[in-house]
Amino acid sequence: MGAPERRSTVHGQPGRLLVFEGLDGSGKSTQARLISKWLGARGYRVFFTEWNSSELVSETIRRGKKKGLLTPTTFSLLHATDFADRFERHILPPLRAGYIVICDRYVFTAFVRDAARGCDPAWVRNMYSFAPTPDKTFYFRVPVSISLQRKIASRQKISYYEAGMDLGLSQDLIESYERFQSRLKREYERMASRDKFTVIAADRPVETVHAELRREIRPLLEGFPTDALLTHEVDVAAV
Amino acid sequence: MRRFSTYGSPLPGLPREPFRGRLIVIEGSDGSGRTTEVNLLKEWLEIQGHPVIDTGLRRSTLVAEKIDLAKQGHTLGATTMALFYAVDFADQLENKIVPALAAGSTVLADRYIYTLMARAIVRGASREWAQKLYGFALRPDLVVLLDAKTDILLHRAIGKYGSLDYWESGMDLSISPDRFDSFYRYQERIHAEFDWMVDAYGFHRVDANRTASQVHADVRRIVQTVYKDTSADAGARASRTVFTARAPKAESA
Repeated sequence: MGAPERRSTVHGQPGRLLVFEGLDGSGKSTQARLISKWLGARGYRVFFTEWNSSELVSETIRRGKKKGLLTPTTFSLLHATDFADRFERHILPPLRAGYIVICDRYVFTAFVRDAARGCDPAWVRNMYSFAPTPDKTFYFRVPVSISLQRKIASRQKISYYEAGMDLGLSQDLIESYERFQSRLKREYERMASRDKFTVIAADRPVETVHAELRREIRPLLEGFPTDALLTHEVDVAAV
Repeated sequence: MRRFSTYGSPLPGLPREPFRGRLIVIEGSDGSGRTTEVNLLKEWLEIQGHPVIDTGLRRSTLVAEKIDLAKQGHTLGATTMALFYAVDFADQLENKIVPALAAGSTVLADRYIYTLMARAIVRGASREWAQKLYGFALRPDLVVLLDAKTDILLHRAIGKYGSLDYWESGMDLSISPDRFDSFYRYQERIHAEFDWMVDAYGFHRVDANRTASQVHADVRRIVQTVYKDTSADAGARASRTVFTARAPKAESA
């Protein structure tokens, strides 16, 4: 097993960092999982991670909410703490070890949410500056109406903070959700060129989007080592 | 009457109205006599008729207990820990310090962002990152740095606890497996960070290698200036060095 290629990455680590960003219901999580499966089946060492709060932080947020203690600043700092924990524990080690790390949401999620809540964007970016630039950031572009439709169709409960209810945009949960997501979308669109997003038109069938993602990812893997121990199993790689 | 101002970034939700309170910060390593001084100063200020609210690190309602838990477990990374402390600080700033200042109280802070910055930097963060992170912090009216030699810190720590604390010895940094050795080197590094902050943030450095009453006399003299010209607050808060324990710097008053 040769040493993984170093020089071709923006972050200087031997692994690859692929990020999936977009509104709720944009299909990014579905695709992130499918891509992980695909790469795993091709024999690459893959590490998949989601933007899930650790117990430490989610419990604190619950408590802060109950007591009405959270402000845009503490909310933002808490999420940064949580991300830092995930980063130091789960993202950096596999990246250094030469894995393909797939992130369902990354720092950009914090950038858009914090900006929508009125935090200073430069301050937020500095806070997250320990997080390396991804090799590829896929931004799943959908109209807010689709995001909402999918959310409602999935029968998931829309949470208070997902709907941005803390911003007082509307008393109505659905309306607040729609307005908040519009703000997030505006922020994503603003970042698209600055942060070199690969924009994916995500209002198309899952298979179509998936095929496009594979096309985008293949060039990143040229010369990238697969795990010899895994490849001998089933040859589903010939896709 | 002044208006709230931060070091850099805006703090969303900060009141626009002028306020009367004073923010006084006492900084210094463990064993510098900081807590003793805070208590003496509080007593004295109250006798002068100033309402005092005291604050310190790891006292937020939001995360203080969680930080204690995390410290026991020794499982959090350096960046995570630095940010966790920032949550604790921000919570106290917004929910305690700002309202108290707006109500006209003096807020006496037993340590502030400077200790947090020093700890983060010593653990690998860049100065720039730490400074920007705490850019939302209010500028205090006064920062007193109690500056004591590491030997003194060591003697006081042993005298008080009988041993050296894991974190205050920087054992998490793996500088040395020997706790005494680690303590010395860790405290020197922290000191080096306070050192550049003296100028950058206009600290008043007080020689803390002396008795509590000697230190207190100096601190009183410095703190008095904050209450003198209530009407003419603008400017004139230049940093003064009362006594310099280490390499004395020529500072213009």
